[in-house]
Amino acid sequence: MSILVNRDTKVLVQGITGAYGGNHARWCMEYGTKIVGGITPGKGGQKFEDKVPIFNTVAEAIDKTGADASMIFVPPPFAADAILEAIDAGVKLVICITEGIPATDMIGVRRVLEGQSKTRLIGPNCPGVITPGQCKIGIMPGHIHKVGNVGVVSRSGTLTYEAVGQLTALGIGQSTCVGIGGDPVNGTDFVDVLRLYNADPDTHAVIMIGEIGGSAEEQAAAYIKSEFKKPVCGFIAGTTAPPGKRMGHAGAIISGGKGTAGDKIAALKDAGVKIAPTPSDLGTTLKSLL
Amino acid sequence: MNVHEYQAKDVFRKYGIPVPSNVPLMDPAGAKAAAEKLIAETGNEVVVVKAQIHAGGRGKAGGVKVVKGAEAAQKAANEIFGKVLVTPQTGPEGKKVGRLLIEQGLGIDRELYLALALDREKRRVAIMASTEGGVEIEEVAHKTPEKIVKVWIDPAVGLQQYQARQVGFGLGLSGEALKDLGKILPAMERLFMKEDCSQVEINPLIVTKDNRVMALDAKVNFDENAEFRHKEWSAWRDLSEEVEVELEAKAAGLSYIQLEGNIGCLVNGAGLAMATMDIIKHYGGQPANFLDVGGGASKEAVTKAFKIILASESVKGIFVNIFGGIAQCDVIAAGVIAASKEVGLKVPLVVRLEGTNVELGRKLLDESGLAITSAATMGDGARKIVELVKGS
Repeated sequence: MSILVNRDTKVLVQGITGAYGGNHARWCMEYGTKIVGGITPGKGGQKFEDKVPIFNTVAEAIDKTGADASMIFVPPPFAADAILEAIDAGVKLVICITEGIPATDMIGVRRVLEGQSKTRLIGPNCPGVITPGQCKIGIMPGHIHKVGNVGVVSRSGTLTYEAVGQLTALGIGQSTCVGIGGDPVNGTDFVDVLRLYNADPDTHAVIMIGEIGGSAEEQAAAYIKSEFKKPVCGFIAGTTAPPGKRMGHAGAIISGGKGTAGDKIAALKDAGVKIAPTPSDLGTTLKSLL
Repeated sequence: MNVHEYQAKDVFRKYGIPVPSNVPLMDPAGAKAAAEKLIAETGNEVVVVKAQIHAGGRGKAGGVKVVKGAEAAQKAANEIFGKVLVTPQTGPEGKKVGRLLIEQGLGIDRELYLALALDREKRRVAIMASTEGGVEIEEVAHKTPEKIVKVWIDPAVGLQQYQARQVGFGLGLSGEALKDLGKILPAMERLFMKEDCSQVEINPLIVTKDNRVMALDAKVNFDENAEFRHKEWSAWRDLSEEVEVELEAKAAGLSYIQLEGNIGCLVNGAGLAMATMDIIKHYGGQPANFLDVGGGASKEAVTKAFKIILASESVKGIFVNIFGGIAQCDVIAAGVIAASKEVGLKVPLVVRLEGTNVELGRKLLDESGLAITSAATMGDGARKIVELVKGS
């Protein structure tokens, strides 16, 4: 088992004819992901790489392919529209890779998500989701992963690769790795992913990587303390970040004295999470918990 | 992105939020004429001369003067202009005043606090108001949370009048003032959404002696992700308020923030870049910058990034930490080599490469003839650069 995606997941790519979306669609297919269709308005009827049918709308693509997931590479000005189209078409899992969507757009998207129960959104501004050996929906390098039983959930892309790389080097595989994204308004939080890991018999332990800003880590800590049954290794990036400065991610900012790494680390420790002393010790810290 | 008070007030006017009559000045010479104009218009001798800097706490630092008459306004303007103001928000080096705002004086009855901001937990815009105007809201929230009125705007239906009344009664308003707020709050909501703000703050929002509500101060922050639909923002930037090298980096598609330390960092990905700063500090070093070259970094972007780091005199060593996912190690290596050869590498360089095309990247570095210390892990790399910088 795994969470969110597996070898049967049928995936659409919104923005498949762009250079970025096209490359990643190809790399996902090479990994073994079942890409069943692409969406580019106005290019319906064409084919991507001579095999994947392109549709004008998500609704049509769902109707013709029976897809259950969509990966979005649409540029920021049109990305919220693309997410809303996917929700409206009833796609079960929408993974938005796009970075730089205005928060005011995402506030509206979030409201629409809350008014329904069919679609889950991962991201935006995230690397995606991978179940090693089965399905990769996103931009992470597939080859660093290994089939196994550790869940990795993170707000940061490359820091996730760092954790995965360390685990694989130690011979420890992953069940499913989820990047929830670095934006202040997103679709899925740590708590949502932890709930899924809790119910997944093949996930035996979890690495959770947070960063400064917001309070998603504190909420995760409260959930871990009350309900989570598996060992967790944690890390919070940004201990040394100065307040008031946006550290790359729109969501990574300490403002009004809130969202500091210190507060988050204290909350996680209180919940029994083992904090890796440095980001180079994620793998060894997790191993010590097995 | 931050703008000045006078610019924020221009935006307020556009949305019908009442602000005092004022005249912005780029130099102090026009202060007397501006004050005369305001006095003629309002019939009130009192004018306020305000320093325009991107930081709060100006009043206590001597950046705001209430004076009587045009001559006194000119004198105050001459004093404030060019002065370096040090406030809790400027840092110890302070900020030099290069712009002024001459504003009509008003009879103030009460000072309140009002702000709209994104509540990340609820994923909605929150209105926060407090009877404690002129005070930092964090302080009020900490000491007397019961004094803060908070309502959340449902984006599906927008702000409702009952919510505006909740805020108004919470602030103890009545009569005309309550009616004013009923118009100001929906205007602020429209402004927040249409102008793509991350925060709109009025501190203080005043109730005048004739029971009308007005924004005495105005602070607006914009969400930079929305810059593509706000061409007007570029004209609102005050370049003297920004760090030049950070702007240069932004133009090259890099995310760069200058810090106090002496170890330059070049990293791909924001989270890994923050974590790299953390690990340098863990081993006793001090990062000179946050630098994310981005996911799909090109050779040109890396070259530019490396040049920006090398241009800083405080940098005594560089740590390149790359986990290539989309970014390819050979591309990063080529950029590092090109920049080092072009600018001349005079400080120790530690490179840690991992991920896509790592073998090719390492080979390029080995064959470059440059004095590069390679590291197996990010921990190893951080330790090495800290030692090298200490030894130099």
